[in-house]
Amino acid sequence: MSDALIVLKNIGKRYTRGKQQVRIFDHLDMAIPRQDFVAMMGPSGSGKTTLLNLLGGIDKPSEGEIAFEGKRMDDLSEGKLAAFRAANVGFVFQFYNLMPMLTAAQNVELPLLLTKLGPKARRERVQTALTIVNLADRARHKPSELSGGQQQRVAIARAIVSDPKLLLCDEPTGDLDRETADEILGMLQTLNRDLGKTIVMVTHDPEAARFAKRTLHLDKGHFVEKDLNA
Amino acid sequence: MTFLQLIRKNLFRKKLRTALTIFAIFIAFLIFGVLATFQNGMNAGVDLAGADRLIVTNKINFTQPMPIAYVSRVAAVPGIARVAHASWFGGYYQEPKNFLVSFAIDPASYLDIYSEYVVAPAQREAFLRDRGGVLVGKVVADTYGFKVGDRIPLKSSIWRQKNGSDTWDFTVSGIVTPREARVDTNFVMFHYEYFKETRDVGGDTIGWMIVKTANTKDNERIIKTIDTQFANSPFETETKTEQAFNKAFIEQMGDLGFIILAVVGSAFVTILLIVGNTMMLTVRERTNEIAVLKTIGFTGERIFALIIGESLLLAVIGGLLGVGLAWLISFGMAQAMSSFGPMTFSLNTALTSFVLIATLGVLTGFVPAYRAMKLDVVTALGRK
Ligand SMILES: Nc1ncnc2c1ncn2[C@@H]1O[C@H](COP(=O)(O)OP(=O)(O)OP(=O)(O)O)[C@@H](O)[C@H]1O
Ligand SMILES: [Mg+2]
Repeated sequence: MSDALIVLKNIGKRYTRGKQQVRIFDHLDMAIPRQDFVAMMGPSGSGKTTLLNLLGGIDKPSEGEIAFEGKRMDDLSEGKLAAFRAANVGFVFQFYNLMPMLTAAQNVELPLLLTKLGPKARRERVQTALTIVNLADRARHKPSELSGGQQQRVAIARAIVSDPKLLLCDEPTGDLDRETADEILGMLQTLNRDLGKTIVMVTHDPEAARFAKRTLHLDKGHFVEKDLNA
Repeated sequence: MTFLQLIRKNLFRKKLRTALTIFAIFIAFLIFGVLATFQNGMNAGVDLAGADRLIVTNKINFTQPMPIAYVSRVAAVPGIARVAHASWFGGYYQEPKNFLVSFAIDPASYLDIYSEYVVAPAQREAFLRDRGGVLVGKVVADTYGFKVGDRIPLKSSIWRQKNGSDTWDFTVSGIVTPREARVDTNFVMFHYEYFKETRDVGGDTIGWMIVKTANTKDNERIIKTIDTQFANSPFETETKTEQAFNKAFIEQMGDLGFIILAVVGSAFVTILLIVGNTMMLTVRERTNEIAVLKTIGFTGERIFALIIGESLLLAVIGGLLGVGLAWLISFGMAQAMSSFGPMTFSLNTALTSFVLIATLGVLTGFVPAYRAMKLDVVTALGRK
């Protein structure tokens, strides 16, 4: 527990929809060790994305504490949270979410605009990130000139370019065919194993979950034990 | 890639839309620049009027005469540095359509008072010596090709010579150049003495007086003193500052300033709506991307700057193109419309344009930029 990268303690999360209160989490505890690769599964609406948002500092809990490397982050200001995300978290989405008018390299470079790195250092970082995802030869291509799998690899390169410790992926293969999905998942596995990235990945696909070190099942805001073969 | 490049790439994402918007801004600033140049020409007389100069005219109307004896009586008023007088000739060259702003003056005092009219010392001397000499403004000289030494016959649509002729012969003594570009030199002037002696009627009368005061603080008092002095005489006077006089003169043609303001104002309201609407649309289309940028770690302020930067860049491109073309056109206007006054694209016009460009950029970007800044990432990403 002491070596956990991120710890959630007694988390409550509510949304107010009109006059109605929607409870998503109640007294949720969770710890993610460094260099873990967690797959998170669960029915739609169980709170997977919400949990990812809390882990990544996009959303704040209604109750409880979240600590990243021992430092509380649930009480940070908007600006500090933005800086926290820029430094520590890489995000990968289901629909890649690349900027259409930028080349692959420029998309990957975006997070570096927030750093003090000079042009040369940036170019090297972008080059490295694209090489890791095997897309160095497509650096100058626009997203529209790339396949879905390639676009997702660009998105992964963008997520790792500023060398964050934590990668949060929300259904990263939800829009890809089996073969491409496996390629992406293999890549995440490599990032976890060789570069020591801690990864939390939401997925609906049991095959995808196999690439992770462990799988958590979320149901109605709670982790449940579940037999994969059931 | 820099922030500026990112802004530029955002702006030129939809090339046609951006081009059309730039075109609308370009047109508005072109209209502004051209009309401002025109107004500068029309207002030059008002703007450049000497604060220490008063114009004394007949109270009935400035075309009515007054006795020349008034000159020495006015000169005796304390606080007056110099008095000159002038009389309207109503001249034209060869044909009535070649109308010339022309008047008969008391040469030495007139040139002393109007220091913005530059005449080479030798030419000035020649003019003062030659009773039949004429000083020709540069605009007129350029239009008709008059040169020093030329003999030019000028006809009057008002006056006759004692011998019945409507034509006076003059010799060009000198060319009057403007001390600065905005000074109007669309005129000719000659000796009052020569004019008075040769005309058939009018006798010892003059058209108006120009009074230079020693201290502008005394203007009000001097105006009152002069007009009181001639009250209840057959020739009552009305004295105004030169600025007030020139302004009243221009306003005979309608309130030009208001017309220009109305035209420019409606053009700007229109582009404000067009550009504002385009920016709103543009940013709404990018809601998802903005949420992604925020997720990556862009702060709300940075997003705000990114979008205000985009609307500013849009305004700057369209605005500078429009103002730039207006600036080029102003040289043509100065040539072609010199008879209306010295058309110039002044520094003031340029500065006003820049302020308008910045205002347009900020106003059109503010609402979408503010919304983007406040955009809630969770909600925006949740509604794919
Ligand atoms: N911004 C919000 N306002 C109100 N309710 C919300 C908001 N975001 C999520 N919810 C609700 O919270 C619950 C959990 O949503 P969440 O998106 O985390 O589910 P999920 O497990 O990711 O589902 P899916 O598998 O469909 O992506 C849902 O009932 C959802 O309607
Ligand atoms: Mg989800």
